[in-house]
Amino acid sequence: MDWITTVDHKKIAILYLWAGGIFFGIGGLEAILIRIQLIKPMNTFLDAQTFNELITMHGTTMIFLGVMPVIFALMNAVIPLQIGARDVAFPFLNALGFWTFLFGGILLNLSWIMGGAPDAGWTAYTPLSSSSYSTTHGVDFYTIGLQIAGLGTLIGGINFLATIITMRAPGMSFMRMPMFAWATFITSAIILFAFPAVTVGLVLLTFDRILGANFFETSGGGNPVLWQHIFWIFGHPEVYILILPAFGIISEVIPTFSRKRLFGYSSMVFATILIAFLGFMVWAHHMFTTGLGPVANALFSVSTMLIAVPTGIKIFNWLFTMWGGQVRFTTPNLFAVGFIPTFTMGGVTGVMLASAPADFQFHDTYFVVAHFHYVIVGGLVLGLFAGLHYWWPKMFGRMLSEHLGKWTFWTFIIGFHMTFFVQHFLGLMGMQRRVFTYLPNQQFDLLNLISTIGAGLMGVGMLFFLANVFITSRKPADAADDPWEDGRTLEWTISSPPPEYNFKQTPLVRGLDAFWKEKTAGHKGMTPSEPVGSIHMPSATVHPFLMSVGIFIAGLGFMFSRDDFGNSFMSFLFNNYIVTALGLLITFGSMLMRSLFDDHGWHIEPEELEGR
Amino acid sequence: MMKTWQAGKRLLPMTATLGLILAGCGRQDLSVLRPQGPAAESSFGLMKLSITIMIVVLLIVFAIAAYVLIRYRRKPGQHEIPEQVEGSFKLEVLWTVIPLILVIVLAVPTVQAVFAAGDDHSDDKNAVKVKVTGHQYWWEFEYPDYGVTTAQDLVIPAGVDIAFELTTKDVLHSFWVPSLSGKIDTNPDGSTNHFSFSAPNEGVYRGKCAELCGPSHGFMEFKVKSVSKDAFTAWIASMKAPAVMPEDPALAEKFKSACLTCHAVGDMVGSNGPSLTGIGSRESVAGILLNDDTGVDGAPILENLKTWLHDPQSVKPGNRMPDPKELGLSDEEIDGIAEYLAGYTLE
Ligand code: HEM
Ligand SMILES: [Cu+2]
Repeated sequence: MDWITTVDHKKIAILYLWAGGIFFGIGGLEAILIRIQLIKPMNTFLDAQTFNELITMHGTTMIFLGVMPVIFALMNAVIPLQIGARDVAFPFLNALGFWTFLFGGILLNLSWIMGGAPDAGWTAYTPLSSSSYSTTHGVDFYTIGLQIAGLGTLIGGINFLATIITMRAPGMSFMRMPMFAWATFITSAIILFAFPAVTVGLVLLTFDRILGANFFETSGGGNPVLWQHIFWIFGHPEVYILILPAFGIISEVIPTFSRKRLFGYSSMVFATILIAFLGFMVWAHHMFTTGLGPVANALFSVSTMLIAVPTGIKIFNWLFTMWGGQVRFTTPNLFAVGFIPTFTMGGVTGVMLASAPADFQFHDTYFVVAHFHYVIVGGLVLGLFAGLHYWWPKMFGRMLSEHLGKWTFWTFIIGFHMTFFVQHFLGLMGMQRRVFTYLPNQQFDLLNLISTIGAGLMGVGMLFFLANVFITSRKPADAADDPWEDGRTLEWTISSPPPEYNFKQTPLVRGLDAFWKEKTAGHKGMTPSEPVGSIHMPSATVHPFLMSVGIFIAGLGFMFSRDDFGNSFMSFLFNNYIVTALGLLITFGSMLMRSLFDDHGWHIEPEELEGR
Repeated sequence: MMKTWQAGKRLLPMTATLGLILAGCGRQDLSVLRPQGPAAESSFGLMKLSITIMIVVLLIVFAIAAYVLIRYRRKPGQHEIPEQVEGSFKLEVLWTVIPLILVIVLAVPTVQAVFAAGDDHSDDKNAVKVKVTGHQYWWEFEYPDYGVTTAQDLVIPAGVDIAFELTTKDVLHSFWVPSLSGKIDTNPDGSTNHFSFSAPNEGVYRGKCAELCGPSHGFMEFKVKSVSKDAFTAWIASMKAPAVMPEDPALAEKFKSACLTCHAVGDMVGSNGPSLTGIGSRESVAGILLNDDTGVDGAPILENLKTWLHDPQSVKPGNRMPDPKELGLSDEEIDGIAEYLAGYTLE
């Protein structure tokens, strides 16, 4: 119960981590099944339809439900601490964001047991995703599930924007903010502008499918290419939503374990902003072969290539942060150091793809599959592992085993390169993507075999990580406040895990790397900016959970509103939108209660604080 | 800096070897890395340029990373605090300007090639016009200037520019012959695409659908047969010859009532399915069962036809052809039609 009603950002972080971990596991199993099917030519392990469902759900789950919540977990766990705040700006919204995300994700995954998963690819290109060609409810689960989950993400993004703008500790100007806070800030801004686009697209597609609208239906005056524009106007910024937090994590981990401040801090900030800005201007590079004409193709080629410049700045700044430092190879830093060359490889293939005439060949082949796994797995996932190992003691008060951590790193990264490096060549040799099998004698066999073995090795890496988490959870919570000894930012000034109110006294920030600055000045901790006083805390509430349950029920009801259940009572309930109405009633009722009955929260008094 | 230069020098032989390795990759009739026509050459040229630039970048990053990780690891007993460097204006300008230059080096030829590829020869009198239509899961090729329509095998005269007009009858597909050219999507009416390529050498090239289009997307293959101009003219003539029907009149009647409602042979037109005119001379059955008497890549055509006709769904799941048995054909009739089709060859 405590977990359902909590509004504490540290607990919500753990909820996000659990949810993300489970969805990531599901997506990972789907990936393994896909790779087993492709291990040899003309394999019959999976049938074609199941295969298409698996690739669709793998992509969708990984992007929207697997890595996003882990990003949000780290943001929730770390951001308030890093900026010296007691919580996020809107704790209630924070909980609401998590629950809507979770119920959206559950809805999407229910498709497996409720008549078939979506099968039109995670990009759901129309007309394949229209009700004429995708006849099960699969794509409805996709559109409605993602709308609900996307609502959660949008709420989360707005919350972090407000938090970072308004809740920084005294003295922490924007240019004294840790890089991870900057990355979160910019990422949230991208979310704010990108998610409404996909929501609009998903609503239109839902209307096409369920209400018979014609937005993407050529015969009714619609245009399927429009879907591609809407999807990628969201979709490209989305990949920056994914990678910028990883950039932020790497920018925290590398300085800590090099015992040096981040090289070129202001250019890092500038590069982050520039990447976010350019990220909105390149969407059509996913559509070079759609037939946009040479002018559009040329413009989008050049704008895409330009992104390489700020990205390059970041890579060199990380390298020169280590230059002249004292680099320690702890597990988090292994992941961070592994990130640099791996991500660079993904970045350079990105520039290659940006050249439209070359992309005519690369597009929709295994070359692209290799590219985006290098940036997402080799970039984001390595970054997340760095972050998880780094902040684990702060989140849970226990150090993960370094020994197992190293095993995780080496099996995962070797498996990763085995799986995806060869895929560049498969694509160039003529293997298109999203094929459920392939003919023999095309010289695809060996490389596919290697790729599948690599995927197995990555799976082993994940098992090491799970074992590490399990073993660690049984140890006493004895992590020090600053367990890595070289912590530079505010989160390391308080106990691990932090008390409910985070900071007994809000700290005064006197520079970039606030804690490091105090340490080098010979101080033991931060100078407080206020006397010990009573601390205002928000109350736990069940409303966010109820609202999300309501939306979940309404979504399910709407999806089946045109179905014949062969049971007059069920049909009556669904076909007259009674189920939908019931769901909405729960949601709006709960909103009403929340508005009518003020809850002023509670206070922790100074005596209690001293008592601890 | 020294290190970087040494890496740079080592690069030249590396790129040369790289070129060789790449050229050895894949089948000549399929691989992007073994271009067989000007359009594919142009893409490959840009790829080689970008790969070379990118390998230089990677080597620099890897070299600095390796140096830093070895040179600056923390030694036991090291306790003094390293100097906290804020940044270096000169260095930062350097690694902004150099990538910018590299981007320009790649952007200029890219833009040139984009506009060159934009020439679709649709007004070119000498080009052969072909209308490509994608269907779940087969390809239709119409030659409007000749009044000929075929399927699965695209026959073109070698060395002549082909002006394509591409659409789809159902979902999106993408028309891709890796060794001849990059791909282009087939969109529904209203967003029709045009593009062009040519195949200077005679030969058979493998083509694929490159846009997820349903369960049998991976099986939506086709062939491009580049033949001499004379052979092309002869092929057009024999495609226009009157239809050949099964000799046995009963079988012919069955064939007409069960098959020709969708398929066409010669001048007898059905258009819901691929034309069967001259199917005996094609490279494959249904695009995916390769005809190969030696049995290396596939099976003899008669065997392939039987495989297909006895159970189309098992060959291409989700395809739109009804099971001949459900159309009222017996096993013997199916075998008879298979034999007739296998024997229906062109010059
Ligand atoms: C230097 C930076 C990058 C450049 C220049 C770049 C360029 C491109 C281009 C041109 C494509 C389209 C390829 C095609 O479909 O033909 C592409 C695909 C993709 N990229 Fe990137 N990219 C970069 C970084 C990233 C990052 C950081 C991510 C994610 C964290 C990412 C994720 C993806 C994904 C998911 C796709 C494939 C989408 C799909 O078709 O399913 N990219 N990239
Ligand atoms: Cu296809």
